[in-house]
Amino acid sequence: MSNFHDGVVAHQFDDAEQQKETVNLGMWSFLITEVMMFGALFAAYGFYRFKYPQAWIEGSNYLDYLLGAFNTAVLICSSLTMAMAVHAAQHAKRKQIIVFLILTIILGGVFIGVKVVEYADKFEHHLVPGHNFSVDSPFANQVELFYSFYFIMTGLHALHMLIGFGIIATLVVMAYRNRFSEAYYAPVEMTGLYWHFVDIVWIFLFPFLYLIGRG
Amino acid sequence: MSTTVEASHHSGTGENYLTAGYGLKSWLMTTDHKRIAILYLLSISLFFVIGGLFAVLIRIELLTPAGDLVSADSYNKLFTLHGLVMIFFFLVPSIPAVFGNFLIPIMIGARDLAFPKVNLASWYVFTIGGLFTFAVVLAGGVDTGWTFYTPYSSTYSKTAVGLTAIGVFITGFSSILTGLNFVVTIHKMRAPGLTWFRLPLFIWAHYATSLIMLLGTPVVAISILLVFLERVFGIGIFDPALGGDPVLFQHLFWFYSHPAVYIMILPSMGVMSELIACFCRKRIFGYSFVAFSSLAIAVLGFLVWGHHMFTSSQSIYAGMVFSILTMMVAIPSAVKVFNWAATMYGGSISYETPMMYAFGFLGLFTIGGLTGLFLGALGLDVHVHDTYFVVAHFHYIMVGGAIMGYLGALHFWWPKMFGRLYPEAWAKLSSIVIFIGFNLTFFPQFLVGYLGMPRRYHVYPDEFQIFHVLSTAGASILAIGYAFPVVYLIWSLVRGEKAGPNPWNAKGLEWTVPSPPTTFNFDETPVVTEEAYDYSRPVEGKVV
Repeated sequence: MSNFHDGVVAHQFDDAEQQKETVNLGMWSFLITEVMMFGALFAAYGFYRFKYPQAWIEGSNYLDYLLGAFNTAVLICSSLTMAMAVHAAQHAKRKQIIVFLILTIILGGVFIGVKVVEYADKFEHHLVPGHNFSVDSPFANQVELFYSFYFIMTGLHALHMLIGFGIIATLVVMAYRNRFSEAYYAPVEMTGLYWHFVDIVWIFLFPFLYLIGRG
Repeated sequence: MSTTVEASHHSGTGENYLTAGYGLKSWLMTTDHKRIAILYLLSISLFFVIGGLFAVLIRIELLTPAGDLVSADSYNKLFTLHGLVMIFFFLVPSIPAVFGNFLIPIMIGARDLAFPKVNLASWYVFTIGGLFTFAVVLAGGVDTGWTFYTPYSSTYSKTAVGLTAIGVFITGFSSILTGLNFVVTIHKMRAPGLTWFRLPLFIWAHYATSLIMLLGTPVVAISILLVFLERVFGIGIFDPALGGDPVLFQHLFWFYSHPAVYIMILPSMGVMSELIACFCRKRIFGYSFVAFSSLAIAVLGFLVWGHHMFTSSQSIYAGMVFSILTMMVAIPSAVKVFNWAATMYGGSISYETPMMYAFGFLGLFTIGGLTGLFLGALGLDVHVHDTYFVVAHFHYIMVGGAIMGYLGALHFWWPKMFGRLYPEAWAKLSSIVIFIGFNLTFFPQFLVGYLGMPRRYHVYPDEFQIFHVLSTAGASILAIGYAFPVVYLIWSLVRGEKAGPNPWNAKGLEWTVPSPPTTFNFDETPVVTEEAYDYSRPVEGKVV
């Protein structure tokens, strides 16, 4: 919300309290639209999973759940560092804000790195739908459908992380220029909400994609 | 954006939002909700003309039973582009983006929307989406129908489906941003004393509309994106040959696109409440019922999408549930119509142009709504599905309802937006021409549809010709009716009589500020002490 970059109450608000509440509601409303967007994908995923349970298990078994679990842990840690950054911002601790934000980016980077390794592996093993796909299975078409969902869902999630990197990097610059104070830290807090949302999406993606039929 | 509150105390110098800056940059970089409303007004007027031209070509082609003006392929492109442009680039943004933008902050006593820059961004996003649509036309058009049904759209169509999909996807975000801004603004920016049940019903209607924009648009965005990905990368989400299910697309698409119908009609209903209260000099009968009926329509609207799919392999039991839920939408809609009629009862009605449009809306929306019940009936729908009966039905809602409301709003708030009065006699005449032209265009379509004329065909049996001739004649009258306001409204900008702050003696905060309003709307935040439409008290608003 770049409206509020200089800490002055923007002209449309009466006071800082109103501004804060408004920005909060705006961010939550935005996150609701994100829930609906991913929700539609999850609904389509669920529909096919019940239609083709066997193919979904097969597709899932080609995924490396250890890498997935590692990434889950990494992302949860990044949520922690993000929360620490918000905490630091609330107390206007400039250095801490910068350190925790950069840590968040690094952890996010590790996640994306692992994702790149995983994607490359799919290319190598002919698991890329529409491009080169061949599995030895009576349900090859349906397994391909599973991988379509795998790439679209994790791809959209990764895109959200990349956008998050851009926003967090902007925050680092703002913190470096000492733009935040105890009265004004909304951008950090709002980015925190966004980042946690992106993490929560992964918390659903991991079991839905990696852990089917491993019970 | 560091202008502080003090900076707003500059009115009284005769300056208003239009004269606050003259350069192109002062418009393209503005964050003033009123200027953004004007930007939207210009954009959607352009799209209305383009969409209208496609309609004219369709009607000329249908004048004769043979396909003699355009080829079948070109005809497919014409009705697709007509639908796309009119729905995504005119009807969905029309009243919210123009009048919602202009009026919501003023009606609730705020200086601007909650997020002025996001508001400007929404217009740019809309414009980029619009440019994609122009590119589609240059690339030879698109022929899937505005509904993008798979697997035709994702696999077989040879036209510019990918480009169109991206254009619609992008435009969706302008709708999301507008809806988000409105929801937050209505929650958090109301003036002291302006409780929820003192809000004008225009605000309630926009609140309900915005909820649909927030919850529905992301779903259609992702569905269209899936079609795009399927087309570009050859994956099989909706392609039965690859294990996908084309009906799943219909579910996802209509989950948004049915509620989208209410995005188009609810704001118009909000306008109706304002017009009828003002020109009957009465408080709206059953205010809270009208307010909650907007929310009821928004909620029920999300539960009826299956009625578009009675003939697409949906289970008969699902069909029955969707049919019953569809009938239920008639309840809040009827609540509104009856309450407006009850408001008129015993009111001192006057027949200015906006009220003429309100009368037009009431009759046409009622016909459109009642024929909607025919279509919601499971058995009857099988007979009339995909016929001109459906075409006539939704045009009675979209054109008869939404556009009548839009034109009513345009005339009612024109003096507020530009400080000039339009010529009343011309305006009244054109409202009558539009009403006659509209009915002549679309009523014959009910008849020919019931007789079995399918939609989206450019040739038809000879015995249907009389209906098509009537329809095309009506469309010509309608086009003339639409041309009038373009001329006299532009004329009024220069020659129109100066409007005072309150030319209609109406209630509402927007009539207490100068016409046109100043950049920050109010010198001091107003304090609201009365109910909406309290015409029993003398009208204030002599403030200049």
